[in-house]
Amino acid sequence: MEAIMAGNKGSTMRNSSEWVLEDRDADQFLVNRQVFISDDILQKEWDVIFRTCWIYIGHGSEIRNPGDFRTRKVAGRQMIFCRDKDGTVRAMLNVCPHRGALVCREREGNARGFFCMYHGWTFQTDGSLRSGPGLDAYGPKFDKAAHGLVQAPRLEHYRDFYFINFDPDAVSLNDYLADAKDYIDIVVDQSPSGQMEIVSGTQEYDIKANWKLLVENSVDDYHIITTHSTWINYMSNSGVDMRRPKGSLLPSLGAGKNLGNGHLTTDNPNYRGRPVARWISVYGEEAKEDIDNIRAELVARLGEARAARVADTNRNLVIFPNLVINDGSSVTVRNFTPVSPGLMKVTSYALGPVEETEAQRARRLHAFLTFYGPGGFATPDDVAALEAAQEGYAAWREAPWNDLSRGMYKSEDDQLDTDEGHIRTFWRRWKELMETPV
Amino acid sequence: MSALRLEVEDFLFHEADLLDRWQLDDWLALLTHDAAYFVPPNDKPDGDHNTTLFIVADDIVRLRERIIRLKDPSCHAEWPPSRTRRIIGNVKASEADGEIQVRANFTLNRHRRGGDIRSFSGEYRYRLRRENGALKIAERRAVLDAEELGHMGSVSFLL
Repeated sequence: MEAIMAGNKGSTMRNSSEWVLEDRDADQFLVNRQVFISDDILQKEWDVIFRTCWIYIGHGSEIRNPGDFRTRKVAGRQMIFCRDKDGTVRAMLNVCPHRGALVCREREGNARGFFCMYHGWTFQTDGSLRSGPGLDAYGPKFDKAAHGLVQAPRLEHYRDFYFINFDPDAVSLNDYLADAKDYIDIVVDQSPSGQMEIVSGTQEYDIKANWKLLVENSVDDYHIITTHSTWINYMSNSGVDMRRPKGSLLPSLGAGKNLGNGHLTTDNPNYRGRPVARWISVYGEEAKEDIDNIRAELVARLGEARAARVADTNRNLVIFPNLVINDGSSVTVRNFTPVSPGLMKVTSYALGPVEETEAQRARRLHAFLTFYGPGGFATPDDVAALEAAQEGYAAWREAPWNDLSRGMYKSEDDQLDTDEGHIRTFWRRWKELMETPV
Repeated sequence: MSALRLEVEDFLFHEADLLDRWQLDDWLALLTHDAAYFVPPNDKPDGDHNTTLFIVADDIVRLRERIIRLKDPSCHAEWPPSRTRRIIGNVKASEADGEIQVRANFTLNRHRRGGDIRSFSGEYRYRLRRENGALKIAERRAVLDAEELGHMGSVSFLL
């Protein structure tokens, strides 16, 4: 391992067994930087990871009424996410079966059907072919039923988070999510009726870095004190107690957890405030009573212990491979898709309980922007860090290894959020999938 | 020729100059005590920040903190500071009830070492007030034309 760290074996393209190296005797976990810059590796990720894993497509609240639709690119494919006229949620390729053009070019709306502007084929909201000019020219053997929009082979949801899978034989979403379900439940428990909704307004931005770096970054609490020192100053200036206990890198000691199947989370006692239901001075004195009331509702509905779990802890949750739910200063639903090894597109939304009052919603959105998003007080510095790392990987031959060994000498149960045990679980799953033959 | 428009243009050109030169404390001095700064999301350019997730929605308290952050070398996204250049035109101004409503087009190029040029275009919308004879910014809104931020990446500087 020492020789590998020195880089003398790093100069050639490695085979998949050498992309991730784990040496339990030396407490060392290394990822070869080639995995961030190689076109071949990205192609394999498309073939293996994005075609066999459950990929988030949207939230039920985005398509409340029959005919509501959203178009978005999911796992590299143009998709329509909609509720058909009978109320069934659909995920269909936004690709005309005739010659392949998009059949819907609007971002969102309510449709009676979809219309291909190339030759005029029209489709029902369930994807079936309704009509087209001169279809009789295809002759009597033309099977109209076989010429609808292609449905995602699998579409399932957990608590209104909808995922698709291009592998018809994939395990159920329920089994796939494994222990991540418990953490989604904590997020959804914020709502008295168990109904969360995506708030209007989308943050869509590129990061010139490999998509896996955002997985790591989303749950990497080791970087916070340096990368986000200006955010920490902002919180301190605003009267939030940001002092760190002796021996701790952050104001509270949290945990990093393996949730199975490549999913992972941080699980931290909250210090940064939560619109549900942990007041900080940033919210203003006038918000105190309201936050107390939110908390009282939680306690009455869930009991003290569960209410404290919802209100007093925060978590950054990664659903393998590319969905992150940050339930911290506010709630973000963020997914990201590679364009090339060194470029990803990020889409980020705010999530909140449907019952929120206008003041509560405004507070949630204000809290969101204290930290998150391309104009927030922290995310732009994450972007800068990821782009700086991606720049560094051009020297992968001479400087081949990323080190993710923090906390490795300890048991899995003792991993802190500032350790890297939870991040290692992502890489183990990634390696396992990437070693399966296509 | 409109005297109001000329006065507003001079003010906007001065403001652009301060921002492009990173004279951020001088820029703060152009604001009213209750000023706000908004960058709406690309898909909801006319949204309300209380019900829509924005890119930036700062009240004066957070705006002052944003300036503290931007001046700190630990503001990594803006260290070294981006070089920006904004061109403002098509200025329209009208005065009513003690406030001046302004709309103006802008293009802005952001340059960073080793990076490509990131181009922003859109409309500035202002509410200005007169305080002791001088124009002050009560609200400043930068509404982007693009359908998504995309290649623009972060809005880590003052747009």
